[in-house]
Amino acid sequence: MQFREEHELHKRRWSRNLGLGLVLAAFVALVFGMTVVKVSNTDFSNAPGATPQQTGTK
Amino acid sequence: MTDASINTQVQEGEAGFGDFVALLKPRVMSLVVFTAAVGLLAAPVSVHPFLAFCAVLFIALGGGASGALNMWYDSDIDAVMKRTARRPIPSGKVAPQDALALGLALSVLSVVMLGLAANWLAAGLLAFTIFFYAVVYTMWLKRWTPQNIVIGGAAGAFPPMIGWAVATGGISLESVLMFALTFMWTPPHFWALALFMNSDYEKAGVPMLTVTHGRRSTRRHVLAYTLLLAPVAVGIAFTSIGGPVYLTVSVILNLLFIKGAFDILRRDEAVAEADKYRVEKRFFALSLLYLFLHFGAILAEAALKPWGLGGW
Repeated sequence: MQFREEHELHKRRWSRNLGLGLVLAAFVALVFGMTVVKVSNTDFSNAPGATPQQTGTK
Repeated sequence: MTDASINTQVQEGEAGFGDFVALLKPRVMSLVVFTAAVGLLAAPVSVHPFLAFCAVLFIALGGGASGALNMWYDSDIDAVMKRTARRPIPSGKVAPQDALALGLALSVLSVVMLGLAANWLAAGLLAFTIFFYAVVYTMWLKRWTPQNIVIGGAAGAFPPMIGWAVATGGISLESVLMFALTFMWTPPHFWALALFMNSDYEKAGVPMLTVTHGRRSTRRHVLAYTLLLAPVAVGIAFTSIGGPVYLTVSVILNLLFIKGAFDILRRDEAVAEADKYRVEKRFFALSLLYLFLHFGAILAEAALKPWGLGGW
């Protein structure tokens, strides 16, 4: 049972909150995706502290 | 928190999500997305598709941020002009300080994220573009000189150069020519619009060329810039991003554009008013097609290259 009729104002705020939520979720997904691509495409064999075992070279 | 603490005071202007999206000028963003993507795809260095997607998205976001800053600063002008009176700030849907906050936050976010996704040269170019559009054009040139859109047009011309920098990490003749194409295209495009929207700029006190120098002079300027644009546009055909497809498209479009500019020059105001600026409106529509097809032809050349067909 609804105690009060929903005002137009609440609908607009709902659209704003939903939109912002989706934008933030998309941003998190973008940063995650960028991290995965960057890490998997970077050659770490010459990174400081890298050992031959870690890089797979002898 | 109880329901009683929610502010239920009726505010007719309370913004929805779409109003904030409108602040970013989505139509301008679509042009930015397209030209930046072409700059990126035409470059001789390939970029991981996901990073390319992110880079174009952040370039578009930077463009949107500068749009929000422009709407914040120009809300007084926008309220006077019929074409812009329904924008979020003059219509009372978004508070000016909210637009400013959104513009500044997205500016920083887009530049930093582009730097992380691609490289810091591309990010620097994006930062300069935002600064140029928001400060140099909006705050300084627009209200000061009738050459406002000539110099301000540089802001809209940077995206293909940024896209190129995302891929190559540098600037080259090709990216400078793509910049020059959009830069030289802007004056005839906007002055054609100003010819049939003159009363609006006059009312807002914006020193558009039609207001300060009159329509006769504006018609001459349209032709002059159209003639200067042609060699730049056709010249791209003889660089590494050009080829026979681009050359054909460019020659046809430039002949049509020059003919349109001559048609505009030949008319006087009585004739133009009699047919409700039919020729000027047709030239404006052609200018949109002109830019779209030029960048489309660059993209086509890049797409044909893997099959040994693109380029010379």
